Amino acid sequence: MKTEPSAADEFVKGLWRENPVFVQVLGMCPVLAVSNTAMNALAMGLATTFVMFMSNTLVATLRHVIPKQVRIATYILIIATFVTIVDYAIEAISLELHAALGAFIALIVVNCLILGRAEAFASKHTVPRAMLDGLGMGVGFTFALFCLGAVRELLGNGSLFGVAVLPAAFEPWIVMILPGGGFFTLAAWLLFINYLKRRDAERAALAEAAR
Amino acid sequence: MSNQHPPAWPMYRALVGIGMLCGLLIAIVYIGTAPVIAQNRAEALEAAVFRVLEGAEQRVTFVRAEDGFVVDDEATGPAIHAGYDADGTLVGIAIEASGMGYADLITVLYGYSPAKETIVGFQVLGSMETPGLGDKIAKDPRFLANFEALDVRLDESRQALVNRVTTVKQGTKTESWQVDGITGATISSVAVGEILAASTAEWLPLIAANLSAIEEGVGED
Repeated sequence: MKTEPSAADEFVKGLWRENPVFVQVLGMCPVLAVSNTAMNALAMGLATTFVMFMSNTLVATLRHVIPKQVRIATYILIIATFVTIVDYAIEAISLELHAALGAFIALIVVNCLILGRAEAFASKHTVPRAMLDGLGMGVGFTFALFCLGAVRELLGNGSLFGVAVLPAAFEPWIVMILPGGGFFTLAAWLLFINYLKRRDAERAALAEAAR
Repeated sequence: MSNQHPPAWPMYRALVGIGMLCGLLIAIVYIGTAPVIAQNRAEALEAAVFRVLEGAEQRVTFVRAEDGFVVDDEATGPAIHAGYDADGTLVGIAIEASGMGYADLITVLYGYSPAKETIVGFQVLGSMETPGLGDKIAKDPRFLANFEALDVRLDESRQALVNRVTTVKQGTKTESWQVDGITGATISSVAVGEILAASTAEWLPLIAANLSAIEEGVGED
C-alpha cells in the first residue's frame, strides 16, 4: 500500500527534489527575464510564492464544487485574482520595485508552474497539504531565482542587493544582466546541480554495492 | 455510447460564484491600496521636482488654461511644477516630458531655470531601456552632466528656441545646447535629446509669456 508522504516532506520536496526551476524547469519566462538583480529575483519569487500559496489554498478548498469541465477557467480566474492583488500590493510597497518588475508581475498569471500545481496537486489533495505544497514550491522557486539573480548581479554589476561587493577594478560583465546572461547562468546552475545529483547517486550505488 | 451533456447548473454556480468572490477580493484590496499608491506617486513626483530644481522647497503645479496657466495641484494631465525657495522666490520649473525610446516610452522630468534660460536638472521617471546599455540615460554621471546647464535660450520673438537641443556622438559635444550621447545606447540618448527638444519647443514660449503669473504662484490659491 502506498503511504502518504509526511507534511514536512510535502513542503521540502519543492525546495530540492522537485525544485520547480532546477528539476522541473518550469516558469522559465520570469526566471530568465527578472533575475537580472538579486532584489528583482527575490521580489518576483516572493510574489509568485504568495500567488501559488493562495491559489493552492482556494483551489483545494473549492475542489468539490468546481466541475471538471470548467476547472482550468476557474483556476485561471483564481490565479489572476491573486496576481492582481500582489500587483497592487507591490505598487503600494515600492513604486521603484513595481517599475523594475514591469509586465512580469501580470505575467505570473500564465506561469505554468502555478497552474500546474493547482491542477496536479491542489485539486486532488486536502487544504493543509495543498498549502504546504504551494509554500514549498514557492520557496524553491524563490531560492532558484535568487541563485540566478545573485550571480548575475555580482558578475554583471559587481554588487549584491545594490551594494558594491567587488573591487572597483572589476570590469562588470554586462552580458550577465542582459537576457543572454540569464541563459548562461541557468545553464551553469543546471550543470552544477546535475553534477551534484549524479555524484550522490554514484556514492549511494557504491555504498549499496559495498553492503 | 452516452451522449448526455453534463448539468449546466454546477458550472454556472462555480464560475459565477468564484467570479464574484474574486471580484470582491480585488475590490477590497484596491480600496485598501489606492490611497497608498496615489500617495507614493505624489511623493515620487515631489521628490523628483525638488531633485531637478536644486534649492526649491515649495511646489505649485500649473496647468494650461485659455489665457495662460492656472494653479491645479490635483492635475492629472500635462502640467508644469514651479519650485520656489523658502522666501517664495521662483527657483525654476520642472516639466514632465515623454517620447519613444529603444524599448518603450521614456518619461523624464527636467528642471528649467527661466533666469538662466538653461535646463538645470534631469531625472528619468520611467523607462524600459535595455539594462546595462540604454538604462545608462538614468545613471551615467557623464551623461547626466549634460543637464547641469543645457542651453535652451529663446530668441527675440520669445516664440522659439535659438538652438534646438540635439544629441551628438559621445565625445563630440562642442556647443552648450548639445547633449553628449552614449556609445552603446545611441537610440536611447538620441531619444532623450528629441524628447527635450520637443518639450522645450512646446512649453518654454508659454512659460515666457506667463512668467510673471508663475513667479507669483506661491501667493495664489
